[in-house]
Amino acid sequence: MKMKQTKIWGDLIFRGLTASFASGIAVIFVAILLVLWNQSQPSLEKFGFSFLFNTSWNPVKDNFGALIPIVGTLLSTFLALLFAIPISLGIALFLAELAPHWLRAPFGTAIELLAAIPSIVYGMWGLFVLGPLMADYVQPFLKTTLGFLPLFSGPSMGIGMLTASLVLTLMIIPFISSVARDVFLMVPQPLKEAAYGLGGTTWEVVRDIMIPYGRKGIAGAIFLGMGRALGETMAVTFVIGNAYHLSWSLFSPGNSIASTLANEFTEADGTVYLSSLIELGLVLFLITLIILSLAQYWLRRSQAGRA
Amino acid sequence: MTRLTRRKLTNSIVLTLSSLAAVAGLFMLTWILGDVAWKGFAAINWDFFSKLPTPPGVKGGGLVNAIVGTLLMTGVATCIAVPFGMMSGTYLAEFGKNNKFGNVLRFLADILVSAPSIVIGVFVYLILVKPMHQFSGWAGAISLAIIMLPVVSRTTEEMLLLVPAEIREAALALGSPYWKMTINVIYRSASSGILTGVMLAVARVAGETAPLLFTALNSPYWMHGMNEPMANLTVVLFNYAMSPYDDWHRMAWGAAFLITMTVLAVNIFTRMVLRTKGRTS
Amino acid sequence: MIMDKQAKFRKKIEMKRENEGMELGPHKKQEMGEIKLSIRNLNFFYSDKQALFDNTLDIADKRVTAFIGPSGCGKSTHIRTYNRMFELYKGFRAEGEIWMDGINILDPAIPALHLRRKVGMIFQKPTPFPMSIFDNIAYGLRLYGGYSQDEIAGRVSKALQDAALWDEVKDKLHYPGTALSGGQQQRLCIARALAVEPDVLLMDEPCSALDPIASSKIEELIGVIKEKITIIIVTHNMQQAARVSDYTAYMYMGKLVEFGATSKIFLNPDNKDTEDYVTGRFG
Repeated sequence: MKMKQTKIWGDLIFRGLTASFASGIAVIFVAILLVLWNQSQPSLEKFGFSFLFNTSWNPVKDNFGALIPIVGTLLSTFLALLFAIPISLGIALFLAELAPHWLRAPFGTAIELLAAIPSIVYGMWGLFVLGPLMADYVQPFLKTTLGFLPLFSGPSMGIGMLTASLVLTLMIIPFISSVARDVFLMVPQPLKEAAYGLGGTTWEVVRDIMIPYGRKGIAGAIFLGMGRALGETMAVTFVIGNAYHLSWSLFSPGNSIASTLANEFTEADGTVYLSSLIELGLVLFLITLIILSLAQYWLRRSQAGRA
Repeated sequence: MTRLTRRKLTNSIVLTLSSLAAVAGLFMLTWILGDVAWKGFAAINWDFFSKLPTPPGVKGGGLVNAIVGTLLMTGVATCIAVPFGMMSGTYLAEFGKNNKFGNVLRFLADILVSAPSIVIGVFVYLILVKPMHQFSGWAGAISLAIIMLPVVSRTTEEMLLLVPAEIREAALALGSPYWKMTINVIYRSASSGILTGVMLAVARVAGETAPLLFTALNSPYWMHGMNEPMANLTVVLFNYAMSPYDDWHRMAWGAAFLITMTVLAVNIFTRMVLRTKGRTS
Repeated sequence: MIMDKQAKFRKKIEMKRENEGMELGPHKKQEMGEIKLSIRNLNFFYSDKQALFDNTLDIADKRVTAFIGPSGCGKSTHIRTYNRMFELYKGFRAEGEIWMDGINILDPAIPALHLRRKVGMIFQKPTPFPMSIFDNIAYGLRLYGGYSQDEIAGRVSKALQDAALWDEVKDKLHYPGTALSGGQQQRLCIARALAVEPDVLLMDEPCSALDPIASSKIEELIGVIKEKITIIIVTHNMQQAARVSDYTAYMYMGKLVEFGATSKIFLNPDNKDTEDYVTGRFG
């Protein structure tokens, strides 16, 4: 038998080629950070750290601060999660444990289809359908019942922080519930059967077995939904109202980082103005980076627990 | 109330709430889709697909330039992102399974998949539009490609990993070099999975708006090439919906209808393909 | 209880090895006729865990050698060193020597690709590639190149005939390989391996995923193709080993306990533990 000593150049080349394309992902990631950082310099130099705490946004006087968009982003995300988490977990539970078997697949698909609808459609629906409903019915009702709270005061305009949060809620429910359903489905059957065998009710099995077993995955699902909500542009821009002021009222219009960028980026004429917007983008990228890293951390932990 | 009845009551309450949540989810889906279908369908006619937009106040007109613009930019983005993403997914599945480099890349790809798309828009504005002093279809296509890339890469990886180890070993046992085995056997085995993944990624970017706002911008005119601002359905939808004109609102619903139905059709179609595929093999 | 038995068993083997050693005498070599593979002091490691201990034996040319033993005893690990399939996985490592035609195939200087052309392999589950029946068989030939279209067609039909599949598929060569039944798929894989004319064919439990009728066809096939090539088969099925093989190796916990002519191993083994295993009293 003759055996030549040859290296498999094809394999080395193939590996190198795929590796260089794969590193493209890292290059893009680093480039985004560097370019945004670099182009934020005029604003960073002029405002420094106070940029993050300044409430003024004045293109005429070239005085910019990010506090209002940051607060708007965090507040709308927080409210959206507040509404979305219980509903999503309910849906996930229904899909994984309660629904009759013939219903699970089509219902699950329907929820996943909700996630596929482009966010701009949610935003537009929010503007034309949900907004007027809020103005005519929901906000007057909230004012008469809970109006003594500053949260529910002010004119009923339909668009504003609350409406934006509701549209965001609708957007992230499908994300959280389909991941959470998968997490619930990962709970080993014998474990559940053992708990049922001890005489547990469905809710007790869910509370004592399924949720503790899947808590890392559920945490991951929630952070994933949070990452989406923080960076969501179109669903929010339509209905948040685009106004620069802080108010206790959830009815009043506000702004998020993404909606500020969407509305003003092409109109920014001054160097400092544009660079402030870029810095806003950088802030948004960094916030979502942290949240999404946490999401990945928890999701991976839960997968490691599965094996 | 005995302990048992209390437990049973709690159970029924929670189960009812959970079912209600599910019903509410389905209700919202039908509500949104119903509105889009009802209001959007009314705006769709032959002019919608064949005529250019008219100025506000002038009746009629269509969005043919925006439809073509969306198709063009999505197509160019697909041509860039699919080979790029498949190569990088191949690395992650075949060579980067357990090494540090692969894990870091996988992590970054996962972050980019969910990263705010508007930031991608800002990034492409800064590297392409600003230096060239020109909004352009190319810039729009490239931002869409950047959004598609990590999605295609991760799907390719997942689909390649589904190919059983025995198939790889059988090809290698015949004396195939690793690269030929990947191209001739593994890609073929995973082809339908990768294809559906690519279609889902295309559907996703076809509905993206934020990254196009400051890259492709928009244009009421017929395009002469990709070196100029380019009309596209989503940005037109945004501008029209935010405008005060009823005619434009109607057009916006039409655009929403077209986008939503396309995206949903692709999603449902790929699901059906995957399901029948899963049944036979 | 079982642990106890196994521990005792292991100790006994170790003592025996120390007293007698496993080296095959020259007289045995002569009995075996020509030797295709000589395995000397083969050790295998999964990272830090040692899976094979000092395996030493000779494989006769154009004969069937069977490896038997309880699950996890290292049979598959052992034969996967013959085509260096283990190299695909990180941390897997073989030490020792495997001589084939005067070359130590474990020598890293020997390219695995060349080795694998000479040593074909059949797996537990059939592994048809996602292409037509014809392309499946032609895959190996096209890899090596240098064959005309006619030559490829001729070799494909010959390989299918050798694998006793020709009559069943000759009219549907363009059908996907995955459309065949399990038994046919396995014979397709055998044909694919035979098409490149290897010297040695490794079969890792080739019938474990097949029904009895399909299995018996594969066994028949083994009886025919051993005229031309050396076959090494790993099997759980003791009757199968007795039916198809000329030589049998009994392995336990990574060690080669006994090796010899199949009739001897099954009827009159030297080793008490081998006897317990082949008669079904253990394992």
